[in-house]
Amino acid sequence: MDAILLQILNGLDKGGAYALIALGLTIIFGTLGVVNFAHGALFMLGAFCAVSIKAVLGLQKVTLSETETTAWGTPLEITQPYVEVWFGDLGATILDYSVPVSILIAIPVMLLIGIIMERGLIRYFYKRPHAEQILVTFGLAIVLQEIIKSIFGANPIPQPAPDSMKGMIDFGVAIGFDAGNVVYPVWRLVYFLFSLFVIGLVFAFIQFTTFGMVVRAGMADRETVGLLGIDIDRRFTIVFGIAAIVAGLAGVMYTPILSPDYHMGMDFLVLSFVVVVVGGMGSLGGAVLAGFMLGILQSFASMNEVKDILPGIDQIIIYLIAVAVLLLRPRGLMGRKGVMEG
Amino acid sequence: MRFLGMNRSDWLLFIGFAVVTLAGPIIFSPIGAGYPDLLQKFAIYGIFALGFNILFGLTGYLSFGHAAFLGVGSYTAVWTFKLLTMNPIPAIIFATIVGGLFSAVIGFISLRRTGIYFSILTLAFAQMCYNLAYSVLTPITNGETGLQLTQGDPRVLDVAFGRDYGAVLPSSDLFGIDMTGYPGFYFCGVMLIICFFITLRIFRSPFGMMLRAVKSNQNRMNYTGLNTRPYALTAFIISGMFAGLAGGLLAVTDPLAGAERMQWTASGEVVLMTILGGAGTLLGPVIGAGVIKYFENIFSAFNETILMQAYSALPEGLQHFMVTLSSLFVGEGWHLTLGALFMLIVIFLPGGLMEGLRRLRNLFTKSSGGQGPGNSAETAHSATPA
Amino acid sequence: MSILTIVDLNKSFGGLRALSNVNLNIDQGSVHAIIGPNGAGKSTLLNCFVGRLEPDTGSVTFDGTSLLGIQPHEINQLGVSRVFQTPEIFGDLSLLDNVMIPGFARRDGAFKINAWNPVRRRGPIAEKAMEMLKDVGLDDKSKQIAGQLSRGDKRRLELAMCLVQDPKLLLLDEPTAGMARADTNKTIDLMKTIAGRGVTMVVIEHDMHVVFSLAEKISVLAQGTVIAEDLPEKIKGDPRVQEAYLGGAHL
Repeated sequence: MDAILLQILNGLDKGGAYALIALGLTIIFGTLGVVNFAHGALFMLGAFCAVSIKAVLGLQKVTLSETETTAWGTPLEITQPYVEVWFGDLGATILDYSVPVSILIAIPVMLLIGIIMERGLIRYFYKRPHAEQILVTFGLAIVLQEIIKSIFGANPIPQPAPDSMKGMIDFGVAIGFDAGNVVYPVWRLVYFLFSLFVIGLVFAFIQFTTFGMVVRAGMADRETVGLLGIDIDRRFTIVFGIAAIVAGLAGVMYTPILSPDYHMGMDFLVLSFVVVVVGGMGSLGGAVLAGFMLGILQSFASMNEVKDILPGIDQIIIYLIAVAVLLLRPRGLMGRKGVMEG
Repeated sequence: MRFLGMNRSDWLLFIGFAVVTLAGPIIFSPIGAGYPDLLQKFAIYGIFALGFNILFGLTGYLSFGHAAFLGVGSYTAVWTFKLLTMNPIPAIIFATIVGGLFSAVIGFISLRRTGIYFSILTLAFAQMCYNLAYSVLTPITNGETGLQLTQGDPRVLDVAFGRDYGAVLPSSDLFGIDMTGYPGFYFCGVMLIICFFITLRIFRSPFGMMLRAVKSNQNRMNYTGLNTRPYALTAFIISGMFAGLAGGLLAVTDPLAGAERMQWTASGEVVLMTILGGAGTLLGPVIGAGVIKYFENIFSAFNETILMQAYSALPEGLQHFMVTLSSLFVGEGWHLTLGALFMLIVIFLPGGLMEGLRRLRNLFTKSSGGQGPGNSAETAHSATPA
Repeated sequence: MSILTIVDLNKSFGGLRALSNVNLNIDQGSVHAIIGPNGAGKSTLLNCFVGRLEPDTGSVTFDGTSLLGIQPHEINQLGVSRVFQTPEIFGDLSLLDNVMIPGFARRDGAFKINAWNPVRRRGPIAEKAMEMLKDVGLDDKSKQIAGQLSRGDKRRLELAMCLVQDPKLLLLDEPTAGMARADTNKTIDLMKTIAGRGVTMVVIEHDMHVVFSLAEKISVLAQGTVIAEDLPEKIKGDPRVQEAYLGGAHL
């Protein structure tokens, strides 16, 4: 029982990341009609926002000590991050919380990246065949990840969670299990709650604002909305920007769980596409549901008990499910019929 | 004039292709590509792209999983070397067959869907193969190290025929001709010529016409009494066999097979080769494969010293700037060039290089003579520009 | 003798009854028109003939074979060809190729790997295709790409694609919709020629001019049922038909 609970918990953070990326993918597909293979790259760019902000915050001021000397008799170099020099303890806290702090900066940065992408490239592909959309965004994804590689190198760059969120929490005790059975890293719990929060924001935005109404109408019937005399172009740009922010934030917050490297986007892209397909193309609820479902299933499949019976299942479970869903229920769990068939 | 059913211009095309392939070492030496290691890459990836084009170019089904068949071909070939013989012929025969079997299974399932769903199904299958090759199937694939030959391999046929390679690791040889260097290239080159001939026949045949019809209008095909799925599946299997053969040849020239050959970015590369040259054209994919492998070779070889020399005529500040800028795109940064090329081609020239050539030719014929519409109708009729 | 027999056909979409107890007999060699106001179920009925829709109950028998539960391509191989309301052609291929493909389908069946020998531009299939293009007046455009044709030409091409198969039964869904009067008359003449060769035709049509110049027998469909079936001159004076066409409308 507690083992099952642990696996569900283990799947939540990954599921949250899948859900956030898939949400953006499906919004873009639903409203703009574009299959965006560069969406994983946005996730990766978000993660590298966190990396760069940490690097900037961590810039060291070097002073020479007046009293202490090194073994060679030269004055000892004392390094201290500028933020600490300027803001004292507050600075130290900011540095410690660099990952959450990055969110504030990642939002405008990702919005800008999203707008540039949409205005500069995506909008020319609204009317082109899906195959060409896939190919051009695939090319863009390669370009983005190679640029990141040339700046940050090929190796993963670990990002620590804030000290207060580094530990483990004994989740089981809270609900009556023996201590030590359901121990869960705090940050993963934070990530799960964060993803729920962002998903909630997106849904609220789409459900309760007039802008969101247009988005919903667009997902239901794109052609008609275009005829209503609404300035659809500007809205498309904003929709893309929002999707970019969501993917970027998913990336920022994921850095303490998975040290970012340049190809993390591609890895997550393929899985998120599978998530979208399983949930149903163009269905927001489906994307979220399928995201968490597949995250949890993947975590179950990596239990040793399961692997003993079906070796390798943890490696392929998501793809197997995608194949099954596509064959048995092509519209996905919650998709409408006929979307992108043919 | 017909011979074996093929008309004169097709024979000329075929003979021209064969001559250029066989004379490759001479023809490509002025551009620094006249050595066997690179030439055999041209040939192998040319075969891969030719096969992919039969599926994507003719039927329009965009597969994102063809690298899996390439990888499977390589593993099969290396296992044939290990178990049977170092002779390349059984290796490539088995590689082709196993590539075909894999593609039959994957194609049968994937072709139940069309459009982007098909692409994602093929992608899912290829990722499964890739992940399994790295994990559970390690006894077969040797995981991250890659499958290699060892001295202790049984090689039963070689032993039966009294072939002893002594205490060194053998390399593949065709009845005593070592498959490295020029013989290796010629072996691949002949395979490329055979594959090109097969492709040419398919392109000109009623079967090829049916595959184009699959791309054009499946609904009409059904109401014309044609069953579309077996046509698409046959195209898928043929392309899988070509990919298996290409994977086998990779193992012949270098008896090592690794799972990274099956990664989906590798599938993306063959898509790029095909559209760069021109999907649906005969020569395009081979040219696309050649161009990409050529530039990969050139660009990855560049380093800062070479760049400094290249820009030596510039003032120093500018020189450093240009070197820094260019070094983004070369050496390790070759993939950046590849991605950018991918985008440029899809944005500006979706018909590929062959389309570009055709446009250029039309530009000239239009300015030189007044045969506008009649001429374009003529090219349209053949429907398969070389 | 009846070539197509429809008995008690019913089809509902959700709560909507599209066809209720439709009975129809199409005589061999005749031109049979199905008319009726918008939404009467004409297209639904046609789709039940060709395997696109599965009726809820009832039977559709063609030449002694039931057409229910079999694939569209199998129905075509039995000898039923169909012209669509919006022309379905191979837009990327030349006109000649468009007509040769159905020719191959008739000769080789639903699937044959004929990958070694090239397409002969002077073989019997090409010759027959050219002949059909000539019949519909498109022979001078045989090398053009079909997608570039005008809508009227596309319809004629589609007709040639059906005729090259020597169908036993030809289904036409509004063959003159959206055509100019001159084109309509040309099409009528063409269809008369085809009917003269003994091809059985079922025509769904709005244009009464077309219906009365072609049909030997007319069935009137209203609200999913056949309300009248008779010779054209009788249908003209039938009060039930006038009721169906005019009575339902807001006059």
